[in-house]
Amino acid sequence: MEFSRRDTLGLGLGAVALTMLPMPVVAAADDRIAEFTGGADMADSGLTLTAPEIAENGNTVPIEVSAPGATAILVLATGNPEPGVATFNFGPLAAVQAASTRIRLAGTQDVVAVAKMADGSFAKASATVKVTIGGCGG
Amino acid sequence: MAASALVGASGFGNWARLAAQQKLTQDQLLQFDTYGNISLIHVTDIHAQLKPIYFREPSINLGVGANKGHVPHITGADFRKAYGIADGSPSAYALTYNDFASLAEGYGRVGGLDRVSTIINAIRADRPDALLLDGGDTWHGSYTCHHTEGQDMVNVMNALKPDAMTFHWEFTLGSDRVNEIVEGLPFAALGQNIFDAEWDEPAELFKPYKFFDRGGAKVAVIGQAFPYMPIANPGWMFPEYSFGIRDEHMQDMVDEVRAAGADVVVVLSHNGFDVDKKMAGVVSGIDVILSGHTHDALPEPVLVGKTHIIASGSNGKFVSRVDLDVRDSQLRGLRHKLIPVFADVIAPDPVISKLIDEQRAPYEAELAEVIGQTDELLYRRGNFNGTWDDLICDALLSEREADIALSPGVRWGPSLLPGDDITREDIWNVTSMSYGAAYRNEMTGEFLKVVMEDVADNIFNPDPYYQQGGDMVRVGGMGYHIDITKPQGERISNMTLLKTGEAIDPAKTYTVAGWASVNEGTEGPQIWDVVESHIRKMGTVTLSPNNSVQVSGA
Repeated sequence: MEFSRRDTLGLGLGAVALTMLPMPVVAAADDRIAEFTGGADMADSGLTLTAPEIAENGNTVPIEVSAPGATAILVLATGNPEPGVATFNFGPLAAVQAASTRIRLAGTQDVVAVAKMADGSFAKASATVKVTIGGCGG
Repeated sequence: MAASALVGASGFGNWARLAAQQKLTQDQLLQFDTYGNISLIHVTDIHAQLKPIYFREPSINLGVGANKGHVPHITGADFRKAYGIADGSPSAYALTYNDFASLAEGYGRVGGLDRVSTIINAIRADRPDALLLDGGDTWHGSYTCHHTEGQDMVNVMNALKPDAMTFHWEFTLGSDRVNEIVEGLPFAALGQNIFDAEWDEPAELFKPYKFFDRGGAKVAVIGQAFPYMPIANPGWMFPEYSFGIRDEHMQDMVDEVRAAGADVVVVLSHNGFDVDKKMAGVVSGIDVILSGHTHDALPEPVLVGKTHIIASGSNGKFVSRVDLDVRDSQLRGLRHKLIPVFADVIAPDPVISKLIDEQRAPYEAELAEVIGQTDELLYRRGNFNGTWDDLICDALLSEREADIALSPGVRWGPSLLPGDDITREDIWNVTSMSYGAAYRNEMTGEFLKVVMEDVADNIFNPDPYYQQGGDMVRVGGMGYHIDITKPQGERISNMTLLKTGEAIDPAKTYTVAGWASVNEGTEGPQIWDVVESHIRKMGTVTLSPNNSVQVSGA
């Protein structure tokens, strides 16, 4: 009887996804943030990032950002080879400065959102999303 | 004179049993000064144990981060000291592991839903409108439950008339079957975190909460299903559903029920204890969390802020009674008792006994068949290993001709005493599931390390929201060292192939046998057949002491 590697245990989404993220990737995310903020300070309130603690499927992870009064929100997957995920722009007629989307995560990593407020200030929020090969609950 | 006659007449074993049970009466176990205006009855994690069983609590149950050294992460003598429990007492037998086999001889089996029914009836006699709340993991875990796809448990639980339920292993019946049962349930199926996977919106079939008018107050019961179902269990069996902790949504639900006039908010949770503790600190406005999943049994509530967390054990071993005094939309007081279900002390409810027997009757011959005997105490609970899984790993190594065996760190499964027969039912009680194929596979040493690190992080991540609530994967044929304080990737070291004593080589390939893969299409014989075949060959089960896991940072 033949068994492939992916038939093992609970090991669906690939062991390779679990290695630590290389530093250059994280640096790329920092560059994107600097580009978006022009190096300005970021407050740690005013922006809500909602993401699952553990991804049910790393290929499609639902996230939501909300920042009342924002003109734009940048979303980054700091551990992806290409960390930029999306930038949501809100015009003056937007009723709610919130958006939800699904993102693909290459492994356990921090998802970071940065909001640009109407007054030119910035806010940042981050959440660690774990991508696991699955275990077993009690 | 009377004492010596007792000894002379009955011999030591019976004497111990009589003496133990003389100290214990049904009235004592049920004694409760009815309090306030509302009663909650909590049962959870029954895992389809219709009949009385033995269940040994863990000797090792380590907490990490802020939870290190706090309940439920204390065991044995430390646990007894924390709660003022005397050695050898009924509570010592029910709540700790020491001298388990000899105390079990004295105090007998625990659980049985006919005994649970007697307790429920007694509470309802005090308070006819007491709420019975089932924390889930009910329709999984036995031969009859597997063969009836949960119907045996549904039939018996329905007769106990619960008011609400939440879920975990139920979903491993597959979403079609779960939907079919839930659509016909005569009580509320709750889960504020059960979402439609496609739309990421609350699932229609499962309501987030239900109101009950009790004792002149409005009680809101919010359900919280196991958050990590598609990760810890095979998501392909219920692809329409998404879960997660979703504490923001929980806060919304608490606010919503308060705005709608709830006087008291109860969460019926399958989060696991540490997750509930964290959630109680994040979400405001919850009065009581009835906690399940991690199988902890605590004789007192744990208070986080204003939230009381109640842990009611597993396998039908305990029933919690929680009386509340709710006046002017405020919880003024709470009285709680964790009632151990001593099966020889609490009289069975004959109506439920008959119903249980009816469920089992078609399978009685298969259930009762004796496969072998055990010289060992067979138990499962413990963070790293238990003798049942030692036996299961031995069976995998031998029957599947593997170098290394892996057995999932689940926390269900009753115990057997030295000298007991091992029946087919006993084997199914520790193995039955809808994805029990025993795979046999090649893995590199590097990949094995990744597996071990991944599972270790599911239990020892210092943030409870990243814990899945199981124990460490059990390993046969390989030893290792674990430092539970390290981050993922650095906890596991000194992996050693036991048969040669050589270090595991990251580049080398090993034959690994295991079971309970969450992957679709896993092939192999069912684990219960593998274990049965192994036990038949052994005749009488004996095990060598398992010293292959070395732990530091505890």
